[in-house]
Amino acid sequence: MITFDHVSKTYPNGVKGLIDVNLTINDGDFVSIIGLSGAGKSTLLRSINRLNEITEGEITIDGQSITKANKRELKRIRRTIGLISQQFNLVKRSTVQKNVFSGKLGYYSTLKSIFGLFSKEDYALCNEVLKKVELADKLHERCDNLSGGQQQRVSIARTLFQEAGIILADEPVASLDPATSQEILSELKSINTTMHKSVVVNIHSIGLARQFSDRILALQDGRLVFDGKPGELTNDVLEMVYKGDSFLGESER
Amino acid sequence: MRATARIKRLGIALGVLALLVWCAWDIDWSSFRYFSWGSFRGTVMSLLRPDWSAFYTGSTEDIFSLMVMTIAIGFFGTSIGTILAIPFTILSARNLWKNPVVPRIGKFVLDVLRAFPELVYAIIFIKVVGPGPFAGVLAIGIHQVGMLGKLFTEEMERMDETAVEACQAVGANGVQTMFFARIPQLMPIYASLALNHFEIAVRSASTLGLVGAGGIGATLIFAIQAARWPRVSIILLTVIVTVFLLDLLTGWIRKRLR
Amino acid sequence: MKIKDTVHFQWYKTLFVAALLALCLFGSIRYTQADFGQLAGNISQVSVFLRKLANPDFGYLGRLIDPMIKTLKMSALGTVLGVLLAIPFAFLATTVVTDNPVVTHIFRFFLNIIRTIPNLLLAALLVAVIGIGEATGVITIAIFTFGVTSQLIFETIETIDMSPLESAMAVGANKLKIAVWAVWPQIAASVLSYAFYAFELNVRASTVLGYVGAGGIGVKLNEALGLFRYERVFMIILFIFAVVVIVDAVSEAIRRRLR
Repeated sequence: MITFDHVSKTYPNGVKGLIDVNLTINDGDFVSIIGLSGAGKSTLLRSINRLNEITEGEITIDGQSITKANKRELKRIRRTIGLISQQFNLVKRSTVQKNVFSGKLGYYSTLKSIFGLFSKEDYALCNEVLKKVELADKLHERCDNLSGGQQQRVSIARTLFQEAGIILADEPVASLDPATSQEILSELKSINTTMHKSVVVNIHSIGLARQFSDRILALQDGRLVFDGKPGELTNDVLEMVYKGDSFLGESER
Repeated sequence: MRATARIKRLGIALGVLALLVWCAWDIDWSSFRYFSWGSFRGTVMSLLRPDWSAFYTGSTEDIFSLMVMTIAIGFFGTSIGTILAIPFTILSARNLWKNPVVPRIGKFVLDVLRAFPELVYAIIFIKVVGPGPFAGVLAIGIHQVGMLGKLFTEEMERMDETAVEACQAVGANGVQTMFFARIPQLMPIYASLALNHFEIAVRSASTLGLVGAGGIGATLIFAIQAARWPRVSIILLTVIVTVFLLDLLTGWIRKRLR
Repeated sequence: MKIKDTVHFQWYKTLFVAALLALCLFGSIRYTQADFGQLAGNISQVSVFLRKLANPDFGYLGRLIDPMIKTLKMSALGTVLGVLLAIPFAFLATTVVTDNPVVTHIFRFFLNIIRTIPNLLLAALLVAVIGIGEATGVITIAIFTFGVTSQLIFETIETIDMSPLESAMAVGANKLKIAVWAVWPQIAASVLSYAFYAFELNVRASTVLGYVGAGGIGVKLNEALGLFRYERVFMIILFIFAVVVIVDAVSEAIRRRLR
């Protein structure tokens, strides 16, 4: 369970990223966050694992405050949160296997990880998650030889390998074509339903958000302006969120 | 509009020309006075007849051994330079430090190291360890620290940080991030730069002999001073062919490092 | 679990490279008679240098101005000559003006060889052939500039946008006209910046040229080194460094203006 308690974020230059956000995300939810670019979607998502520091309020993960966590505790909490992002965040020159293993760095000692002394169980787990994302044959392939969709599947495999209870996905399909976008989100959805992991995803496409989410959040200028089921997301709401911009054009993407 | 542009262009051209004439004016061209085509042709003709027998005589002073020595100086110097450049890179890369002062100090040290030409280092190290190849090694090594440190730092600062973020997001510590996100990305680039500087080092090593820091340079200078052109020719030929082959070899390896 | 399924599946490659590097390193250490003991023992010598170097003789600066101006003049002249010579050769080393791959390869090979000769050796050779003096310095700088810039220029020609060439070809222009009207405008700015880059390199290289008596500030450096006047050496290095920084700033400003 993730809770936001009066969370605000002001950047050093005075720009407000988030304004008084209150929110609870339950275990096993598939939540989409929509809004214009610059509305604070990324800021909100990245404050969950504290890649962004918030300036006011508190965020707790399963009852433990990540905002007040010290360095050690922060690393411990981060182990339980997976991150998938638009640029895939892979080491392009490394193999698929090594990228997947980087998901568990938080569990291995520095020396063991440097010399690649991983356990037998983890090797088995790695093969298993790669099978799940249909990349079992690419074990020793370098990531820069893979297509965009395949690379994103590697980063999904990494979060599965991490065995995180929460998966954050920051614009996971923004640089992929529509067919591949469908595939990737279906993958995330099936992980959400079969493995009961919470998934929080930032997304530009309203169509995809409606199709896959249990719940949609809308941000406008750092404020949470909508929080409800996909069915409740009417055109009037969208008109407000997108300030009259042609949101339909957005959803076409 | 076009007319003024044309006049402006003409003005610039005339200005540059005037500058060049001024430059050429008080340069001492007198060395040409003793120049004669006859002796020039003679020199060139004897340069075209390299003294092949000097290339390999079995002694440690033949051209072949001296060239191997020159390569060894270059290799060892580049090794020292590469290894020492890494701590300097870590010190002077902006993206590794929250404090902006540390990288600035690191970069300043690298600038100072680079400011001295290898020849000056060579002369200083000859004082320290005596004349010989080791002085050349140290001179090249210290100079390369400055060169490679700068290039390594630029690559470090230019690197794609998304993988670093991915490691931090799963709770990896700094050393793990270094080994899983930074090194795999940078290693091929660093290796490529080091190889390129190995070739440059061999080229400089072949000149450092001029001041007594080992390698093929001293022999070349003696041969030039004694006007033994066939010998000069074989030495130059050896240097050129060696550097050319090294260029091909390092180029081939660098292509595979992508 | 087999090792080929682990992250170490390419262990033999790593081992091979490591062994090869270790072997070369060990060999070069032995061959160059490296003696780190001696280095450690005489390290106090270095501190003597450093102390002298840390106190540059600023009073000497006045006597450096003239040689420095001479160096700048020689560098400027040599750079212009070298670049002017490099441009036609660079064109001949690409397939733009000649369709004949044999010609291209011959020119490339020639340019590669020129580039290979270390500039100090070039200077020494020219001093021997032509005689000692500033003129020899200018010619050395010109040849060195030629080697550096011809390579850069022909690499630039190869990366240009070919569509103006096709349209020029379509209206029946000959190869030379294409080079002048379609290629040159695209590379002119790059050539100019290479010229400035070469000029900077040449000012730096002046330290070396003085060593063979080829004129300019390098002669002063050679003198100071010969007399063990390290406080002067550092002054000269500092001065060259400052001039290079200024040259860099000025060329940057000019390039920005011309863009």
